[in-house]
Amino acid sequence: MKTSARIVLLLALAAVGALSGCATTNAVRVKPWERGLLADPTMDPNRDPLATEMIEHVYFSREAAAGGRGVGGAGCGCN
Amino acid sequence: MSRTGLILLAAGLTLLAPPMARAGVSPGDSFPALTSSDLALGALPETSGKIVLVDFWASWCSPCKASFPAYGRLYTEFAPRGLVIVAVSVDENPADYEAFVRKFSPAFSVALDKGQKLVRAVQVPTMPTSYLIDRGGRVRHVHQGFHGAATEQALRKEIEALLSTNTP
Repeated sequence: MKTSARIVLLLALAAVGALSGCATTNAVRVKPWERGLLADPTMDPNRDPLATEMIEHVYFSREAAAGGRGVGGAGCGCN
Repeated sequence: MSRTGLILLAAGLTLLAPPMARAGVSPGDSFPALTSSDLALGALPETSGKIVLVDFWASWCSPCKASFPAYGRLYTEFAPRGLVIVAVSVDENPADYEAFVRKFSPAFSVALDKGQKLVRAVQVPTMPTSYLIDRGGRVRHVHQGFHGAATEQALRKEIEALLSTNTP
């Protein structure tokens, strides 16, 4: 085998070895029966709609820019 | 294609292919013996020669809460003809399991899969999943998730068919 062909072969094998890590999903995938903690209500960032609305109100009043998070309004800062 | 090219292609395909995922139990497969698993906090009924519905559930799973009354109805309807329902909890905290069972107090059997050994062996694809097993211990139908009346109706039809054709 020529030296150039050998280099190509080695490079290809190295690339394949390195890229094979991308195909591994088992290492990070949380199994369906392991999602007890993820399903906990405290994991929901919007679990208290009233509190969320109050925080949003303070946020857009201080920033004087309504609608930044999808809230309806013209951005006049008057509400 | 040259020999080197073929070797490269084979190596690439082997290494880049996603690792073989452990296949879950599907229709036609034998279901692992419930007695061999580390099931606790529930008395297991006699399942040999019976149509068995094994349901995997958890206290934190909302569709599981909807499924219990439906399984209760199916059990009342078909238990006299030979249906056994075993609802296996995958809860990590036994207190959550107990609270759920206390709340629903089902007529059918419930058990806790201590250490989640059975669910690992079965490789449940989603929560909840139920397996309808024939008298020979072979899985005939798998229901992923619980979709209310649609799942209940499908199960009723399948149980009815198994009870009438799958004689002991």
